[in-house]
Amino acid sequence: MAQDPNNIKDHVELFHQPEYQELFERKQKCEGMAPPEEVAKYAEWTKTWEYREKNFAREHSVINPAKACQPLGAILAAVGFEETLPFVQGSQGCVAYFRTHFSRHFKEPFNAASSSMTEDAAVFGGLKNMIDGLANSYTLYKPKMIAVCTTCMAEVIGDDLGAFIGNAKNEGAVPKDFPVPFAHTPSFVGSHITGYDNMMKGILSNLTKDQKKETTNGKINFIPGFETYSGNLRELKHLIGAMGVNATVLADNEHNLDSANTGEYKMYHGGTPLAEAADSINAEATFALQTYTTPKTLQYIEKEWGQKTAAFRPWGIKATDEFLMALSEATGNPIPAELELERGRAVDAMTDSQAWVHGKKAAIYGDPDLVMGMLQFMLELGIEPVHVLVTNSTKEFEAEAKALLESSPYGQQATVWGGKDLWHLRSLLFTEPVDFLIGNSYGKYLWRDTKTPLIRIGYPLFDRHHLHRYSTIGYNGAINLLNWIVNSVLDELDRNTIIPSKTDISYDLVR
Amino acid sequence: MRQIAFYGKGGIGKSTTSQNTIAALAELGQRVMIVGCDPKADSTRLMLHCKAQTTILHLAAERGAVEDLELEEVLLTGYRDVKCVESGGPEPGVGCAGRGIITAINFLEEEGAYEDLDFVSYDVLGDVVCGGFAMPIREGKAQEIYIVTSGEMMAMYAANNIARGILKYAHSGGVRLGGLICNSRKVDREIELIEALADRLGTQMIHFVPRDNQVQHAELRRQTVIEYSPDHNQANEYRALGKKILENKNLVIPTPISMDELEDLLIEFGLLGGEEEYQKVLEADKAAAAKA
Repeated sequence: MAQDPNNIKDHVELFHQPEYQELFERKQKCEGMAPPEEVAKYAEWTKTWEYREKNFAREHSVINPAKACQPLGAILAAVGFEETLPFVQGSQGCVAYFRTHFSRHFKEPFNAASSSMTEDAAVFGGLKNMIDGLANSYTLYKPKMIAVCTTCMAEVIGDDLGAFIGNAKNEGAVPKDFPVPFAHTPSFVGSHITGYDNMMKGILSNLTKDQKKETTNGKINFIPGFETYSGNLRELKHLIGAMGVNATVLADNEHNLDSANTGEYKMYHGGTPLAEAADSINAEATFALQTYTTPKTLQYIEKEWGQKTAAFRPWGIKATDEFLMALSEATGNPIPAELELERGRAVDAMTDSQAWVHGKKAAIYGDPDLVMGMLQFMLELGIEPVHVLVTNSTKEFEAEAKALLESSPYGQQATVWGGKDLWHLRSLLFTEPVDFLIGNSYGKYLWRDTKTPLIRIGYPLFDRHHLHRYSTIGYNGAINLLNWIVNSVLDELDRNTIIPSKTDISYDLVR
Repeated sequence: MRQIAFYGKGGIGKSTTSQNTIAALAELGQRVMIVGCDPKADSTRLMLHCKAQTTILHLAAERGAVEDLELEEVLLTGYRDVKCVESGGPEPGVGCAGRGIITAINFLEEEGAYEDLDFVSYDVLGDVVCGGFAMPIREGKAQEIYIVTSGEMMAMYAANNIARGILKYAHSGGVRLGGLICNSRKVDREIELIEALADRLGTQMIHFVPRDNQVQHAELRRQTVIEYSPDHNQANEYRALGKKILENKNLVIPTPISMDELEDLLIEFGLLGGEEEYQKVLEADKAAAAKA
C-alpha cells in the first residue's frame, strides 16, 4: 500500500510511488498508447509554423474555447437582486455545472435551482417540471423573486417560458403577484455574456412593469455587467459615493458572492432591493460598466424607458478620468480631492514600475470587455500587446479593439483574433513568443506547455485564491492590475537569474 | 429477421396500408411486430381492435422513467399473433416527438423485443422532419423502406423528401428503398405518374392499391380488410402487396431528384402548369379584370 495511515501522502507525492508508476506503465501498454519518444516527437511538431497553419485552417472543431454558456451569465445577473433564486429550466447536470463554476471561483456557496428535466420531460415538454419546481423552490427557499432561464434541452424542444410560468401561477405554484422574470438562454447561441444581457432585460422588464411615473427619481442606474470581481462592485460604490451620485446599482451581487462569515448560514445576502429595481425605470439615466454584456438591455432601456444610456469602461487612468468626468457632468458635483489623491497614487505607482514593464510583449485572452479594459491599461504602461484573442467576439468588439491598438505606438504589433480558442493561442505563443500571458486559470496549461508566464486576470480563477476580492476598475483597480503585472514580471526575472555562479549576477535584491 | 418501415405524407393511408399488408404477411405464416412511431398511436388499432393502446411514453411519464417499464405492459398481441407496440409521444405543440421515438426504440432493443420474429415493421408519422423520425432508418434498424404515396402533388414531394432522408443514411447504415406503394387517390394517369417517379428515384412502384370503400367499412369495425372480408377483392390486393414485399429483392439506394426536376415531372403529367400556361392564365385574369 502506498498510503501509511500515520503518514498520509498527498496527491502530489502519492502518484509518484512505485505502485502507481507501475500501474501507469501497465495502462500505457494495455491501451496501446504510443511510446514516449513518439509522443515527444509530435509534441515538438505542434510548436512549428507548419502546425500553426494547420491549426488555423481548422474549421469543424473547437478546442478549449475561452467562453461559457448563456445560463451561467443569466444566473449571475439573477443573484444580483434581493433574495432572488435563479431557477434553470433544464437538467440537473447543467445547473450543477453552473454552481460549481461559481463556487470554485468565488469560494462561496452558490444557489441555483434546477427543474430537473429528464428524458420524459424532453419528450413531453417541461411544463410539469416548471410547475413542481416553482412550487418547491417557493416553499423551501422562500425567495422574494425567482428568475427563470433555460438550458439547451428546453430550448431544443421549444418550452415556452412565458406560457409555462403563467400556467404555474394559475395552478397556484407561486402567488399570482410573485415576480417570476424569465429569459430564454439557449447555449448554442452566444455565450455567458449574452445570457447576462437576456436575463437583465428579463428581470428589469418584469419588475418595472407599470412603474413609470411622470417625474424622475433623480437617480442614475449603474449596471456592472458580467462582473466576477466583487472588489469591482465595492470600487464602483466607492467612486459613486465619493462623487455624491444618487445611484441604484442594478444586479449588485457583491454580498452574495463575497459574504462575511458570521457563524450563521444565510441563504441570501444583499442584492439590489426589488423596490429600487422597480423604480429604476424613473431614473435620469443608466450607465453600464461594460459594453458587450448589456447591448439588448441598454437598447430596451432607451426605447421602452425613454432613458439616456451610456457605457463606460473605467480601466486604467484615462478611462477612469472619463467616467468620473461624466459623473461630474451628470450630477454637477466636482471631482473630490479624495479621488484626485487616488489618481495621483496610481500614476505614481505606474511611474515607479514603468521601467520594468515598458516594451514588454504580451498576449491576452478573455471576454471582450475585460480584454478592452486591459488593452487600455497596458497601452498606458507601454506594454505591447501581440496576441489579442477573444472567443466570444463580435464585429463591434474587433473594430473597437483595432481602433484602440492603432491609436497607440505600442499597439502596432497586435493582431486581434476573434472567435479563436486556446489551442489557437497555444500555436501563437510557440511561434511568436511573448513575455507574459494574461488570462484566466485555464491559461495555466498554456503556461505549462509554452513556459509563457501567466498573469491571472479574468474569469474563472479556480486555482488561486482571493484575486476576485480585489478591484480592476478605478484608480485603485489600476494599482491592483499593476501590482499583478509588474510583480509577475519580477518573479519571472528572479526565476531566470537564480542559478548560482551562472546567471545570478543579475539576481538582484533591489528591483 | 427483416426490418421494414412505412413512410409517407401524413394522411396518405400509411397505417391502413401497413396493417393490411402485415395482416397478409401474417396470413402467410410470418411472425411480425409492428412498432408505431406516431404520437397519435393509431398504427396498431386495426390489429388490436381498440382505439389506441397504452404507449411506451405514456406509461413512462406515469412511472417517472422508461426504465421502470416491463416489456409485457406495452407489447400486446393482435390479429394472427402480430405483436403490437406504440411509442406514443407528446401532445401537439409541446415537447419533442422525435426524441420520444428514439427513447421508445432504445427501450424495445434493451428489453429484447426483437426476438423470434420474421418481420419488424415501423410505421412512421409523416415526413423525416428531424433526427428522431430518422431513428427507424439508422444503423441496425429498418433496412427496407416503403414509401406510401399517391398521384397528388404533396404526396410526391414528401416521397422525394423521404428518399433524401434514406440517402443520408444509406452509405453509413445500409438502409435501402424497397419501393413506392401507390395508394390510389384516383388521380388521372396515376399509375404512369408514380411509375415515372419511381423510375427517377431509381426504384419500383411495388404495387398499385386501388381505392375501395371496403377499406372504410373494415376500419369502422377496427379491422383490416383481410380480417373483415377475406374474400373481397381489396383483401387480395393487400395479399399481393404482402407477397411482393416478402419476395422483394429490388432494394436500392435512392436517387432523389431536385425540386425543379420534380416540378417538370408534374408539368409533364399536367398536375402543374408550365411557365407558358402560368403567363397565359395571368393574362386571362388581367383581361377579365379589365373587362369588368
